[in-house]
Amino acid sequence: MMANTSDRFILQTRNLNLWYGERKALANINIDIQPQRVTAIIGPSGCGKSTLLRCFNRMNELLPGIRIEGQVLYNGEDLYGSNVDVTEVRYRIGMVFQKPTPFPKSIFENVAFGPRIHGLTENLAERVERSLQQAALWDEVKDRLHHNALGLSGGQQQRLCIARALALEPEVLLMDEPTSALDPVAAGKVEELIVNLKKRYTIVIVTHNLQQGARVADTTAFLLGGELVEIGPTSEMYTRPRDNRTEAYITGRFG
Amino acid sequence: MDSLKRRTTHRKRWDRLFQGLFGAATLFGVVALLLLITDILRKAAGWIDLQFLTSFPSRFAEDAGILSALAGSIWLIGLTAPIALPLGVASAIFLEEFAPQSSLTRLIQVNIANLAGVPSIVFGILGLALFVRALGAGRSLLAGALTMSLLVLPIIIVSAQEAIRAVPDSQRQAALALGATKWQAVRSVVLPAAMPGIMTGTILALSRAIGETAPLIMIGALSFVAFLPSGPLDQFTVLPIQIFNWTSRPQEEFSHVAAAGIVVLLVLLLVLNSAAVLIRNHYRKRFEA
Amino acid sequence: MEKHETTRVSKALVKGVPLDGKGNGVHHESPPLGNTKPRPAEAPVRGLLFLSALVSVMTTIGIVLVLATEAVSFFKTVSVFDFLTGTKWTPLFEPKSFGIMPLLAGTLLVALGASLVAIPIGLASAIYLSEYSSHRVRSWVKPVLEVLAGVPTVVYGYFALTFITPILRRVFPEMSIFNAASASIAMGIMILPMVSSLSEDAMRAVPRSLREAAYALGSTRYEVASRVVVPAAASGITASFILAVSRAIGETMIVAIAAGATPKLTLNPLESIQTMTAYIVQVSLGDAPYGTIEYKTIFAVGLLLFLMTLGMNILGQWVTRRYREVYR
Ligand SMILES: Nc1ncnc2c1ncn2[C@@H]1O[C@H](COP(=O)(O)OP(=O)(O)OP(=O)(O)O)[C@@H](O)[C@H]1O
Ligand SMILES: [Mg+2]
Repeated sequence: MMANTSDRFILQTRNLNLWYGERKALANINIDIQPQRVTAIIGPSGCGKSTLLRCFNRMNELLPGIRIEGQVLYNGEDLYGSNVDVTEVRYRIGMVFQKPTPFPKSIFENVAFGPRIHGLTENLAERVERSLQQAALWDEVKDRLHHNALGLSGGQQQRLCIARALALEPEVLLMDEPTSALDPVAAGKVEELIVNLKKRYTIVIVTHNLQQGARVADTTAFLLGGELVEIGPTSEMYTRPRDNRTEAYITGRFG
Repeated sequence: MDSLKRRTTHRKRWDRLFQGLFGAATLFGVVALLLLITDILRKAAGWIDLQFLTSFPSRFAEDAGILSALAGSIWLIGLTAPIALPLGVASAIFLEEFAPQSSLTRLIQVNIANLAGVPSIVFGILGLALFVRALGAGRSLLAGALTMSLLVLPIIIVSAQEAIRAVPDSQRQAALALGATKWQAVRSVVLPAAMPGIMTGTILALSRAIGETAPLIMIGALSFVAFLPSGPLDQFTVLPIQIFNWTSRPQEEFSHVAAAGIVVLLVLLLVLNSAAVLIRNHYRKRFEA
Repeated sequence: MEKHETTRVSKALVKGVPLDGKGNGVHHESPPLGNTKPRPAEAPVRGLLFLSALVSVMTTIGIVLVLATEAVSFFKTVSVFDFLTGTKWTPLFEPKSFGIMPLLAGTLLVALGASLVAIPIGLASAIYLSEYSSHRVRSWVKPVLEVLAGVPTVVYGYFALTFITPILRRVFPEMSIFNAASASIAMGIMILPMVSSLSEDAMRAVPRSLREAAYALGSTRYEVASRVVVPAAASGITASFILAVSRAIGETMIVAIAAGATPKLTLNPLESIQTMTAYIVQVSLGDAPYGTIEYKTIFAVGLLLFLMTLGMNILGQWVTRRYREVYR
């Protein structure tokens, strides 16, 4: 039942097509994501990066008028299979959004949110602390865990959202431009965090910032007009792109 | 050039004239409210005392009191809120979070808008036929509360819908991305965030219910109650009905008693509305902190 | 239900990433998706929410059914034609007569009177609040209007009877104590906030660019208001009038207290009259025995009242939608 394809990959798409109503947003995407690596998805605005990312935890389904063809495999299993519970998918594959989205609750309750709704209330305080530590936020908030999370700075809020996702011990963390709403210092901290997290988690990150992509990603995928142009080791991609459209994008000629 | 200048002065004169007229019209509402309040306070002066607040109604103006009506109003609100609030909030949640985009949903929505415009006395007729007679609740507090619940339901639904709609979508998405089911996202993220708005809307709806007279006359609330209701199946009166009764009496003194009753009613409304404002401000602070 | 979740998840945890997992290879031991117990089903919750939403629909159906069944039984005794065209309304004493005209006339007379107060003043104050007033003035006038809208109608009735009537009677000594004029004025004050705030909303929806274009041509504020803003907001303003009049038609306590109980086909506001709503109150106060023709009149009159206000509300909403569309 498991692993009918190479189990070197944790997430794979097979001929993935996606339409928003009449408009085609993803065309025939075949992409393989390696476990415990950081994979960056780059490409000009509107090329479908967020759309692709949201296919990995089925967040796309929330939109009306959306149509998906092809397969997304998770450890070789069809994520969209009829026996798959979408909440379980999102429990195993976490997501961090572009803008920090703390709930207007205490810092503790924010991190405890996922465990609570999944019934993981044993050793909750430990779990919260561990998650905050992994998100490199613990030292800054340990004295005010019960203060409202909206009182944190933007960068702290984003790390809180990462901690909130980590509290479920997901296998994969999807991040959609997680630093673009942050100032450079805060963005640097989050970036550092991402590099550390890949020891434990598989990370797929969408970024507009090519330097950031170069710094954090092991693998980079370049998307253009809903198509996957090229995917490969980041260093190769940035120095010797195989496709001249990739080269054009990386050298800043469009996008 | 000269005629242009004259015309401009002329136009400016019109402009000022109308600014005065429009301003006066705006003042009209303010003045009307001031007149109304001072008139009632003047007539009530000397008639509101401990005796008035603690006595049952009486044939004699000096002995008449508001106690049973005040108790009835509080009972009525106490019974209406727990019926109307869950129903209204649940309807709003359904319409905003779960309803498919179907013609049935649209029908429900249009229906709510129209129900809000149905004269309150028509709700009274419904209450009379449905709760008093068909369901056999009689002329009880329960029948009154059920009638009032239907009456304020559209107000609660609409304000709850607005409050729910105001919760940013990113909050829902964040909850869903953590593997919450739709209902979990609504219950633990959307509802808490919408709660201040829902509470303010509910309190305003309840103020409406406190001031309503006609539907309760229809379901047969009494106007002379010399006892305190002890349960939802008891007969009752409420402040506006008591005031109506006093107003209808020919003797001049009862006009003062009625004014005193109005002051009590207005104070009760003031208390409720201040609570609504306090709740709103309290939560607003919490959200921004 | 909650239990299922816990077991499911802890199983996933055992096989999945250990809490302090070092990583390597552990992921591949994670269990396949979908072999776990489903979480608490949402269907029952959704069903309950749906049922709640149906209550308001059932209310409408209930109103229509209740009014219609008793009215049908009433119209077995009295023909619809006689009811609608008859000019004498004496159901409570012999010889009984069931012509709704006097009640209808009374209702419309008071509604008209109320409109004469509320429409010009409401419109003018809406123009002031939208086009002239400073933020500070608005911020204290609006709450005052809200309070005015929140005053219980029984209080307006009292005000009409004990304040407005005595003043009017100084001017018109022949006026009866209960009269249409006082009720109209009080009701006009009551619906004034509605006209004012709905009209103001419509005017504020007029795009700034239209105003600026007119100001750029050297128009005065009055010219901008009267030639640009009001015409552009005309349908919204009209809707506010319609909804306010509908409200006046359905209003009960002011007329029950101050307008009298004399069904009369008259246009003279100084006389005592009776409206449809006041009649319904009169019957239910008088304890008409269940099942009698007097009892059934409530439903016939109620049905007519319901249809009239419903028609106006639908019209009002339709007009409102139209103005929204214009500026989308
Ligand atoms: N909800 C939606 N409905 C319709 N079209 C959409 C929707 N979301 C995205 N699209 C379209 O799909 C295409 C891909 O959008 P997507 O958000 O994935 O781009 P992106 O690469 O993430 O862009 P950006 O860098 O600006 O975030 C775009 O052309 C966009 O207009
Ligand atoms: Mg994007």
